[in-house]
Amino acid sequence: MSAAPGYNFAYLDENTKRMIRRALLKAVAIPGHQVPFGSREMPLPYGWGTGGIQVTASVIGPDDTLKVIDQGADDTTNAVSIRRFFARVAGVATTERTAEATIIQTRHRIPETPLREGQILVYQVPMPEPLFRLEPRVAETRRMHALADYGLMQVKLYEDIARHGHIAISYNYPVMVNGRYLMAPSPIPAFDNPKMHRMPALQLFGAGREKRLYAVPPYTEVRSLDFEDHPFRPPRAEAACALCGSRESYLDEVVTDDRGGRMFLCSDTDWCRQRREAAG
Amino acid sequence: MAYVAVKGGERAIAGAHAWLDELRRGDPAVPELSVAQIEQQLSLAVDRVMAEGSCHDRGLAALAVKQARGDLIEAAFLLRAYRTTLPRFGASTPLDTGAMRPIRRISATYKDLPGGQVLGPTFDYTHRLLDFALAAEGAAPPPPAPRAPAEEAPMPRVTAILAQEGLMARETPSEAEPPDLTREPLAFPADRPLRLQALARGDEGFLLALGYSTQRGWGNAHPFVGELRMGEVAVEFAPPELGFPVEIGDIAVTECQMVNQFAGSRTEPPQFTRGYGLVFGHCERKAMAMALVDRALRAAELGEEAAAPAQDQEFVLYHCDNVEATGFVEHLKLPHYVDFQSELEKLRAMRRTAEAAREAAE
Amino acid sequence: MSAAPLLEAEGLSLRFGAIPALDRVSLAVWPGEVVAIVGESGSGKTTLLRVLSGLARPQAGRVLYRDPAGEAREVHGMGEAALRRLHRSDWGFVHQNPRDGLRMGVSAGGNVGERLMAAGARHYGAIRAQAAAWLRRVEIDPARMDDPPAKFSGGMQQRLQIARTLVTHPRLVFMDEPTGGLDVSVQARLLDLIRALVADLGLAVLLVTHDIAAARLLAHRLLVMRHGRVVEEGLTDRVLDDPQHPYTQLLVSSVLAA
Repeated sequence: MSAAPGYNFAYLDENTKRMIRRALLKAVAIPGHQVPFGSREMPLPYGWGTGGIQVTASVIGPDDTLKVIDQGADDTTNAVSIRRFFARVAGVATTERTAEATIIQTRHRIPETPLREGQILVYQVPMPEPLFRLEPRVAETRRMHALADYGLMQVKLYEDIARHGHIAISYNYPVMVNGRYLMAPSPIPAFDNPKMHRMPALQLFGAGREKRLYAVPPYTEVRSLDFEDHPFRPPRAEAACALCGSRESYLDEVVTDDRGGRMFLCSDTDWCRQRREAAG
Repeated sequence: MAYVAVKGGERAIAGAHAWLDELRRGDPAVPELSVAQIEQQLSLAVDRVMAEGSCHDRGLAALAVKQARGDLIEAAFLLRAYRTTLPRFGASTPLDTGAMRPIRRISATYKDLPGGQVLGPTFDYTHRLLDFALAAEGAAPPPPAPRAPAEEAPMPRVTAILAQEGLMARETPSEAEPPDLTREPLAFPADRPLRLQALARGDEGFLLALGYSTQRGWGNAHPFVGELRMGEVAVEFAPPELGFPVEIGDIAVTECQMVNQFAGSRTEPPQFTRGYGLVFGHCERKAMAMALVDRALRAAELGEEAAAPAQDQEFVLYHCDNVEATGFVEHLKLPHYVDFQSELEKLRAMRRTAEAAREAAE
Repeated sequence: MSAAPLLEAEGLSLRFGAIPALDRVSLAVWPGEVVAIVGESGSGKTTLLRVLSGLARPQAGRVLYRDPAGEAREVHGMGEAALRRLHRSDWGFVHQNPRDGLRMGVSAGGNVGERLMAAGARHYGAIRAQAAAWLRRVEIDPARMDDPPAKFSGGMQQRLQIARTLVTHPRLVFMDEPTGGLDVSVQARLLDLIRALVADLGLAVLLVTHDIAAARLLAHRLLVMRHGRVVEEGLTDRVLDDPQHPYTQLLVSSVLAA
């Protein structure tokens, strides 16, 4: 495959890519810290993954193999659209197999297949600020990060337990990175949070509309906030995948009729396929 | 003097109208745009004017767009000014959007559901690259797009699916005829039918910004698009002389049901709550923004802290009407000679006093 | 009282345009001491409290705070991070309007627990137990722990603010008209409560008030301010029973007349 004529490799011009890579280096040097960057207008709308696309465009090379998932699946419309975009403007090889990819761009999931050294996981991030529901003013949240003033987030968890008996955050569950910065893991289910901890792959986060990048370098400590007597316990549907029978993977609920009928399927379509192939 | 000024004003207005007509037509060498062309080819502009003009008539909305030179707020204003002259026969029976034949129906909460996901005609997954081929006119019309076979399977609303499991807070049905904002002024506190009515004809840009603000922390929103559906739906009306409803036609609407996270407390079980948007025509951005703002405005009723602009019903409802807003902003162009003269005199007097005080101090 | 003052201000001056808000003010607060700053509104007392607590910067003069290690640190030279840490550990601030000191959307228990969590507490049960104990201590029924302060009366809100401030045992508490805006009967109960807590905990307090009766009840020492200047200071009883400055005489007599 080759890149489309009329565009630079991977759409962005080289100066922009260099600017983004400099911001990424800073982000890697300060794990969990949000680095402002000159986010560009992209040919996809804000909210569709413009941040992730810019990160991918800046780190991808002609020898890379790209996988794009949305909700864990390669065949969701937005994943298809972004994969087609890179196939068109970068001409790189694409894959649906987690193990074969060198770069995986994701919205809302971390693959079930453990990632390895040398792989890069690029997250699409709608709201990089973990404190935004508690304090909407960015000038103030920046100060809170600078002072590691995170008592307010703990208060929110306290309030959840007081009201509901347990912490009521099920996705975008806040984490402390390297014991210093509070970070939004992007709206992945809390089920995926433990995979971030000491992950061998590099994790990069791009928020296009909010113009922020951040990163978790390989093997970095990522801890989900909790209380000693109310430890972090992510929810998962108590069911098995109707296709591969998995009881460990994260499941999507599919409504089959309007009389309460439903079934559950692996959200990670590649992992489900692997399991079915192995079962032969 | 005064007499001459009035005469000059009349001449000036006549001249301005003539000039406006000329600019509307543009270069006579370019063919004139027909109302039918606008209705067919600028259909989303027409839909927006129908929604904000609160009058479901594509032909009139297209005419308004033409007359307003594409200024959509001006066009909505024209349509409203026409609408207000129409006799009011009464209220239709509630639309059954569940019986809609959707050309688009998507849910962000379930990967698949009865009736399926119908992507329909959407910009969503287009790459925003200018298509220069469109600049060359006279191309043959594109072949008909493949359509999913008309599903005979029912398409239950996602909110109904959640309600079956008791996960969705039920709305209280009401037989009462909803208030008519075009006949009665807003009154506060405004109940939900009145709020929804104001939002349905509210300015798309204003609602978009407010809805967006709730997503960025200005209001406690945790929204999911439970369902977005777009299509034609039958309107039924029960004339008093008949006493039973008869179908009087179909209208195109866009409906958005936003599912929002937990309300509830220790004593009430957590439930999903609904934000609702319904707009004439194909206006999905507006329907979604409306649903976000509707949910934000329910903060007080649901016992949530209401501190953000989108949660303040007076702020939202008094400022969402773009015909009112544009009138008051633009009226600043009108003469204010008399008021300004008294301001001038006041300012001069204050400066004289301050000057005198300073001199006395020195 | 120990030999070194906890907080020491020298020559504080601050002008807003032509108006002197603070004019060469000096004062000291020793550990365990309650000092009241009295004067009518506009006398500069609230500005003084803001400058002493680092919330506003003087144009001249300095404020020294002696930390638990005995080291004197300049309040306006320590940087925002250190100042914020001070405000949520060694110091407390009780605002006149409880809305300024409470999180109105957070439950009473959460309001009290916030300072504990900011100080690193991570055991939910222990935080709740401590919050309940403090609610009891400020005479709020612990059964109301999960209610938001918006459902409380003005007097309860103010007591909640005090519990929230004192839960981490600060060494120095700034109070800005803590009984202002409350009914007289509610004021009396609150003053009694503050007096008991201050004595129990051995707190140093800088109290700003226009209420001479409140100052008499709570303060060991009194500073009288007028037009940004300290016109008289001394032991509370001495100043109130034998005022020297004509302005103090006027203040005291106006109270007696009322």
